[in-house]
Amino acid sequence: MIIPHPLLGPRDAAEFVYLGDACLIDRPDWKANDALEKFHDYGYMRDNPPGDHQELWFHEQGDRSWLVVTRNVTTHEISKVELARDVARARGRDK
Amino acid sequence: MHYSGLRVFLEGLKGNKGWVKAWREPDPKPEYDIVIIGGGGHGLSTAFYLAKEFGITNVAVLEKGWLGSGNIGRNTTIIRSNYLLPGNEPFYEFSMSLWENLEQETNYNSMVSQRSIVNLYHTDAQRDAYVRRANAMLLAGADAELVDAAALRKELPFLNFDNARFPIKGGLFQRRGGTARHDAVAWGYARGADSRGVDVIQNCEVTGFQIENGVCKGVETSRGPIRANKVAMCVAGSSSRVASMAGMRLPIESHVLQAFVSEGLKPVLPGVITFGAGHFYVSQSDKGGLVFGGDIDGYNSYAQRGNLPVVEDVCEGGMAILPMVGRARLLRSWGGVMDMSMDGSPFIDKTHIDGLYFNGGWCYGGFKATPASGYCYAHLLATDQPHPVATALRLDRFKTGHMIDERGAGNQPNLH
Repeated sequence: MIIPHPLLGPRDAAEFVYLGDACLIDRPDWKANDALEKFHDYGYMRDNPPGDHQELWFHEQGDRSWLVVTRNVTTHEISKVELARDVARARGRDK
Repeated sequence: MHYSGLRVFLEGLKGNKGWVKAWREPDPKPEYDIVIIGGGGHGLSTAFYLAKEFGITNVAVLEKGWLGSGNIGRNTTIIRSNYLLPGNEPFYEFSMSLWENLEQETNYNSMVSQRSIVNLYHTDAQRDAYVRRANAMLLAGADAELVDAAALRKELPFLNFDNARFPIKGGLFQRRGGTARHDAVAWGYARGADSRGVDVIQNCEVTGFQIENGVCKGVETSRGPIRANKVAMCVAGSSSRVASMAGMRLPIESHVLQAFVSEGLKPVLPGVITFGAGHFYVSQSDKGGLVFGGDIDGYNSYAQRGNLPVVEDVCEGGMAILPMVGRARLLRSWGGVMDMSMDGSPFIDKTHIDGLYFNGGWCYGGFKATPASGYCYAHLLATDQPHPVATALRLDRFKTGHMIDERGAGNQPNLH
């Protein structure tokens, strides 16, 4: 599998480490009243869809950037690759 | 029809004209006591034990494709009960005891072969961990035997004992472990369930659930609606997909695991051998092929095929302990979709929807669990109480902090 890195161009997936669903960017508010419930879902529950899946890949053997890859998990077709930093900022995180 | 050696002999005299189909092909009835979704090993064994042990025969098994077309037909056929944790080991030992009587119970030749399994160890620390594991196994009634390198050299002289990086210091045997004929396991359970009155319905895809006021009353299928008092999901590999039709999210990711078989060779491996420093396990089938596998590919996948880096990694593991296999040619490889759970252990539990039950999350250890999974699931469906050896396999264990994490890897499914 080849991942088109937004800065480095096409790179072999073997250079990367896979973390999981990009919902891990959306860390719940630890001060909220329902934080216990939210952290359980954050830590353990996954949508695990059969089609397009947004996921976090770490370029460990490369520039050590975190990427959000949108990939069809049935065909392995990659439709979009973004820097995780940009995705997090777009979702309202400050860094 | 009862199968026996005498029957084979008599049919041979009569031109083999007396054999009948192993199971019927019934049309679905409008209503059942229990509908099982998934006609794989676990679904069929659930139906079998429901009929045989609990006397419930108004049961349908709904299968989207053909019987045993999922992971029961895509595994490396290893049976063993060499687990560590108290939530797991009694369950797998129960499974092992069911394997030992499987052929008598189902009257079907599942080719259960207790040819032994050995986990190799390569360091002092690993030996100590295996001593602990062996004691846990003995406490649960399983067998375990630790052997040192000298004894192992006599038994498996072809291993690469003096590997510079991972010398083999000994191994943990489970002599009762071994292999079985995976397809025949599904077929034996299907035939046994069918002969007791269970409807095994192929080419019948579940497309939705009938959930009324928080109670599951049946399923929608490609062959019309079917009402049921209890609906039992048993679709490991596709659990999230099926559960999402009931609005459920699960602590599961789907990953692909590859397996491989070499060209047929003369008998060389007496039992199952696993590498302790990398991830590699191998046995030799009765046809002569070396059947082996290793790690999952490591990313979410619903594709029944994997990528080449894992092929290389698995083959390197094989070369590290068995340099002689380097001359064997790879005949086939394939992939199966695994329910990888958040702690590496499975689930057999009720769901929050009344009348809807869940069995899944088998990671890549589902085959060996087939008999006990079916038995315990049948127990839960029949009595609404978990079987004593399956009480820890709960869906809510992450909420209560009772994870069963054999590997100690945390909530990272691709590391289990």
